[in-house]
Amino acid sequence: MPLVITFLAGLFMAVQFFVPHEIGVTVYRGMLDWAMIVASFALVLGISSLLRTHWEKIRRRRRDWPYSIVAIVSFFLMCIVGIGYGHQPGTVFYWIFDYIQVPLDATMFSLLAFFIASAAVRTFRARSVEATLLLVAAIFVMLGRVPSALLVMLGDTGVGQWLYDFMPDASEWVMNVPTVAGKRGIIFGVSLGVIATALRIILGIERSHLGGGGGGGAVGP
Amino acid sequence: MPDAAPQIFGLSTEVIGVWIATFLTLAIFSFLYRDNPVYKLAEHIFVGVSAGYGVVIVYHEAVIPLLINPLFRPELADLESPNYIVIIPGLLGLMMFSRFFPRYDWLSRWPIAFVMGLSSGLAIPATVQTNLLPQLYATLNPILPLGDIDPWTATSNFLLVVGVICTLAYFYFSREHAGALGVASRIGIFFLMVAFGASFGNTVMARVSLLIGRFQFLYYDWWQGQVMRLFGG
Repeated sequence: MPLVITFLAGLFMAVQFFVPHEIGVTVYRGMLDWAMIVASFALVLGISSLLRTHWEKIRRRRRDWPYSIVAIVSFFLMCIVGIGYGHQPGTVFYWIFDYIQVPLDATMFSLLAFFIASAAVRTFRARSVEATLLLVAAIFVMLGRVPSALLVMLGDTGVGQWLYDFMPDASEWVMNVPTVAGKRGIIFGVSLGVIATALRIILGIERSHLGGGGGGGAVGP
Repeated sequence: MPDAAPQIFGLSTEVIGVWIATFLTLAIFSFLYRDNPVYKLAEHIFVGVSAGYGVVIVYHEAVIPLLINPLFRPELADLESPNYIVIIPGLLGLMMFSRFFPRYDWLSRWPIAFVMGLSSGLAIPATVQTNLLPQLYATLNPILPLGDIDPWTATSNFLLVVGVICTLAYFYFSREHAGALGVASRIGIFFLMVAFGASFGNTVMARVSLLIGRFQFLYYDWWQGQVMRLFGG
């Protein structure tokens, strides 16, 4: 039965794209809404897994268990104020989002600036042609984004001024030509891979999402 | 400008918010020294709040308008009578919870099969239309300096075509990379390296930009806006 459901749902969505009839479009939109409803229930499963992990940590008094209480309380607090009092601007939910979640999110990711820089120092050594290309492209893009750094480093000399004028254009060219070429090759490969995998799922060849384990496992009733 | 934010114990919620955001920002930055209790506290608040945020958004943007309103409050969904058909996805969704009962967990395969089938069917035309064909069109540019095309643009277009073909050659694993294919795949690696380097540079700059944003917040919103005001600066 799951394979039939997958096949019918997949076939309808793939074929409907080429049949822009009013009925088809209505059913198509309805199906997307259905998928959103089902996926929202799946979120509960994910959240239950998160809560269970933290609950087990608290119950067994594992290392750093008090922080799990913080995580669970934060979660329920957010749910209560968001579901109980709305999520529009001016609500407590929005205040928590503005003054707790956004700063935490931005700071967490900004922290990566330090780690990525130290990783770059360790890995960006021009040992081969490939590594040199990687290094040069990264430097061009970084300096092209902030050319004033060149004036700080080299001073307002002839070379500094020339590089200040040259680097943004060079960076733009690196981004628009060789980078696009490399990325486009990857995108083509990924796209063909997506299509092949989607076809395998629709035709029931790929069943790992059902717990069947790849090509041909049993999938139950 | 008058402070219009609501008050708690005589303090503006905006002022309280800036102080809390400052504490959390510094708590996360404290990880640069080493892992510590203040960082762990902020980290776990982040986990809880982010998970809660996801639940609330899904509840208000999907569950209420697509399931609850059409069933129980049709007037809010611009319907004259309840739309009972949404019971089907509702039931499919409930079947997901059979995962909690090992004896009936096979039931959860039905909704998973539905969502996977739907997204797979959607992925085929969407990928062709948004990725494959537009990227192909964008690669087919004039490579000869004729008419309005200047030599520099023509050279860049030529390099783009060569780069795409060579990168694809590198990902072609059905034949040994020897001879012409070997040369092409080697050139493909060079293009890939430039692409990775440029992506790395972009990522670094994006993170630095976020870092500058946090420092700006600490300086303008907290130091100048709160601390200096508190001490009459």
